[in-house]
Amino acid sequence: MRRVVVTGMGVVSPLGIGVEALMEGLMANRSGISRLEVLEGIGGLRPRLGGVVKGCDGVHIPRKYRRSMTAMSIFAAVAASEALAQAGVDYERLSHSRTGLCVGSTLGSANALQTFFEQYLPATSIESIRSTEFFKIMNHTCAANLAQYLGVTGRVVAPSAACCTGCQTVGLAAEFIASGKQDLMLCGGAEELHPLAVGTFDILQAASTGFNENPESSPRPFDDARDGIVCAEGAGILVLEALDSALARGATVLGEVAGFASTADPGNPASPSPQAIAVCMRAALDDAGIAPADVSYVNAHATGTVLGDAAEAEAIGEVFGAGPLVSSLKGHLGHTMAASGTIEIAACLEMMRSGVIVPTRNILTSSCACKLRLALTAERMSFTVCLKNNFALGGVNTAIVLRKHNDEQ
Amino acid sequence: MTNNEIVERINRVLATEFELDPDVMRPSASFKDDLGLDSLDAVDMVVVLEQEFKFKITKTESFQNIRTLGDLHAYILARWAEASAAQGCAA
Repeated sequence: MRRVVVTGMGVVSPLGIGVEALMEGLMANRSGISRLEVLEGIGGLRPRLGGVVKGCDGVHIPRKYRRSMTAMSIFAAVAASEALAQAGVDYERLSHSRTGLCVGSTLGSANALQTFFEQYLPATSIESIRSTEFFKIMNHTCAANLAQYLGVTGRVVAPSAACCTGCQTVGLAAEFIASGKQDLMLCGGAEELHPLAVGTFDILQAASTGFNENPESSPRPFDDARDGIVCAEGAGILVLEALDSALARGATVLGEVAGFASTADPGNPASPSPQAIAVCMRAALDDAGIAPADVSYVNAHATGTVLGDAAEAEAIGEVFGAGPLVSSLKGHLGHTMAASGTIEIAACLEMMRSGVIVPTRNILTSSCACKLRLALTAERMSFTVCLKNNFALGGVNTAIVLRKHNDEQ
Repeated sequence: MTNNEIVERINRVLATEFELDPDVMRPSASFKDDLGLDSLDAVDMVVVLEQEFKFKITKTESFQNIRTLGDLHAYILARWAEASAAQGCAA
């Protein structure tokens, strides 16, 4: 099996456009959460907060490609361009049949679906439906749009596992490369905010509702006053390639995808058990051939829900004890769902490079994670291995092990 | 409505929908080669013109033979005249 490394990263998030804007916002402890007009006046809906992307309308993308894109495909295209530029991958390489793409979202565009049914339902008519509407609605809309825009001719796949999507795309793309099926892959997740997701978490009693007048105080991962998820949007795209390929072309290696696990928890589709989370993290460590004691930092999924954060804290304690530093980035970003895995992996790799751990925002006291080494302030720590968790509605869990690359390995 | 006004409405609708530069919207402009439109755009062109002029555009031979902006102007002007005459008869 070939070793797989990251050579490019691109991010569009509520903290801004680009990896630099993300890290600047995280290091300055900024919040990307605000009160949203789009959530006002919806019958029964209690949450009013969200993390939205500003200033990313994609007007630079030619209309031929943009006409079938909604916000999430535009976010993905902008993030992909940043990642490709960093990786130094040109059009010729993109159009090679051994270059593929693995990008997903929670749903096809709910905004496009709404447009379709607004036109369809009043008279049960399709007469005013645009030709490109379905390309925005289909489940692989981001992957297909990116492939068209970038001229990718290899494998184009679109995993979808809600909040595990981003993490799954990295794991699956890494496996395609490791097994020799592809040499280079773009991978990642994208999400656009719609009341459908916010409303769903509200219905499930898992959305933050108590901080509507104080947006930047929520979500509160691991904090005793946490009251739920704050939905957000964005995209995170990574360039993965075989280590030998990266070295041969002189690319800068940002980190190695050392291990991956995707496991299912059939016990409950909306609330992962600590035991199932622990199984997933151990499987990822086994895949990497790395012992828990060698992991210096755990980037938690921790979205700010009462049950989810407690279950994850218990599982981290069970697998790692109080060894690694632990933090969640949801307090800054909200939950970017399908995008969260890859946005947060990009942040992990930047933390590994800089040797500074971003602490959890909005945490004052934590009973559920009192046995963990929570990063409460920015901590300087040189480290070489970290683990990133994501858990999804539907009982899907994922964990990724990232390792710093050095020339002697 | 005069023929000039109808042509202006056609051009305005197409410029907005397809982000076209008015300077290249000459009657001789080919939809494919000069304006860069394709088969998906042709579908949407029907939708926006139907909404603008409030008549159905069926895929008749005369419609399918449209290649240039001038062809489209002539087609819509003829359909407008037909629709106006029909309205006159009905009145």
